[in-house]
Amino acid sequence: MSLSDATREARELPPPAQGAGWTHARLTGVALLVVWALLGLGIVLFLLASWDPDLFWRYAPNYASGLWVTIQLVVISVVAGAVLSVPVALGRRSKSRIVATLSYAYVYFFRGTPLLAQTFLVYYGLGSFRPELQAVGLWGFFREAWYCAIFAFSLNTAAYQAEILRGAVESVGRGQWEAASALGLSRLQTVYKIILPQAALVALRPYGNEIILMIKGSAIVAIITVYDLMGETRRAYSRTFDFQTYIWAALIYLSMVEMLRLGVDRIERRLTRHLRR
Amino acid sequence: MRQGIDWEMDGVLTLLSFGPQGWSDDIAAGVVVTVTLALATLPLGLVMGFLIALGKRSEDAALRLAANIYTTIFRGLPELLTLFLVFYGAQIGVQQVMRFMGAATGIEINAFAAGMVALGAVFSSYASEVFLSAFRAIPNGQYEGAYAIGLSRWRTMRLVILPQLIRLALPGLSNLWLILLKETALVSVIGLSDILRQTGIAARVTKEAFLFFGIACLIYLVLALLSSIVLSAIERRVSASGVTR
Repeated sequence: MSLSDATREARELPPPAQGAGWTHARLTGVALLVVWALLGLGIVLFLLASWDPDLFWRYAPNYASGLWVTIQLVVISVVAGAVLSVPVALGRRSKSRIVATLSYAYVYFFRGTPLLAQTFLVYYGLGSFRPELQAVGLWGFFREAWYCAIFAFSLNTAAYQAEILRGAVESVGRGQWEAASALGLSRLQTVYKIILPQAALVALRPYGNEIILMIKGSAIVAIITVYDLMGETRRAYSRTFDFQTYIWAALIYLSMVEMLRLGVDRIERRLTRHLRR
Repeated sequence: MRQGIDWEMDGVLTLLSFGPQGWSDDIAAGVVVTVTLALATLPLGLVMGFLIALGKRSEDAALRLAANIYTTIFRGLPELLTLFLVFYGAQIGVQQVMRFMGAATGIEINAFAAGMVALGAVFSSYASEVFLSAFRAIPNGQYEGAYAIGLSRWRTMRLVILPQLIRLALPGLSNLWLILLKETALVSVIGLSDILRQTGIAARVTKEAFLFFGIACLIYLVLALLSSIVLSAIERRVSASGVTR
């Protein structure tokens, strides 16, 4: 390349992008990233240093069964809560004062009190009614911590899901109902073909968040002696006093939640592909 | 006690009295602990959340990444596990440091402080999202206008952006406060004498579990109700002082 070529090129090309330099933001950002990296490295080194195949193989099956218990608990509660949320959401929209107040009270109670207190109320509290429960044959159900947990969690998530459902259905404009009835669609057809597909878009993200909240909230069943992932972790820790037991649990919970979040993102992108330009 | 009251009712009233036989004083102490913990966590969570929101909207990729790692972790972990990680992790960490320095071990981590740190971390990662969406709702012209009249970055933030930001973020933050109030119940597991622990002790001693856990739920409901009254008063006040857009 001759000299004149080089000068012409230099004249034609825009000046090279200036490096942003070490601004305060970059300095802080890099420093914080270094802190995170050190922390991550520390955890990896800690796990490597305390790596004990004996310990791992002794507790890995427990963790797997705990994970399975957690998944079962969440799936059963979320499905039962979804079924239960429909009448509650309908009740919230009911024209009858009494029904509307009752369903509002239900939602307010379960959203206003800690899940842990609700679980205690069911598991320990219902023991106060043992004779009555025995009389109606339900004692066998409420004696088991596992069923109590499912019962409390289903009632809890039903309240949250009812609000999600109500919000989503109300987000669909009145005109949609009117147009559907003008076309002669029945009420059921309107709900299935017109309202639900539109409401699903709005409800998807809150539903995903609710499932994530249930996964995280399910950890408290460990306190009422259900051996879910958290319960197994606590058992392993109380036997070994090895902190890595908690770190394993944290990694499992984190990857579960992240996978779910990415899945919801993906579904949302797919469902809203007609809205993007 | 008045004559003629049903014996059982009488018993319940004794249990709920403030005397040596009653549990109300213990439960009241629990309410104080719960409210104190929530109030102590709030400023920590708000400041952290605000700083993380600033990090997330920074132009620098490294800062954004660091802030996102923080929220991914603390929004993904169960609150109970976060609490245990902080509580036991800090205990082990302190012990290691003490052993390294050759001091005798036996330091106990304060359950209150552990609860504050864990709940504050969770609160701040959710609060950062609230702040972030509030930031997005403030048009760019507000910054440009402030710079045009010669305000520095810091004064722009303090005098122009923050007042609007608070108004926009308040509904979301109110929600987070109610969640925080409920999450304080978890510290009963690491031995802090909050509402749930005190009522739990009462339930075990008196064998009246439904009564006392029911009372615990009612207290949480009353706290939530009081909070929403205060919060909506604040919201009304703040929105009355602002321009309508």
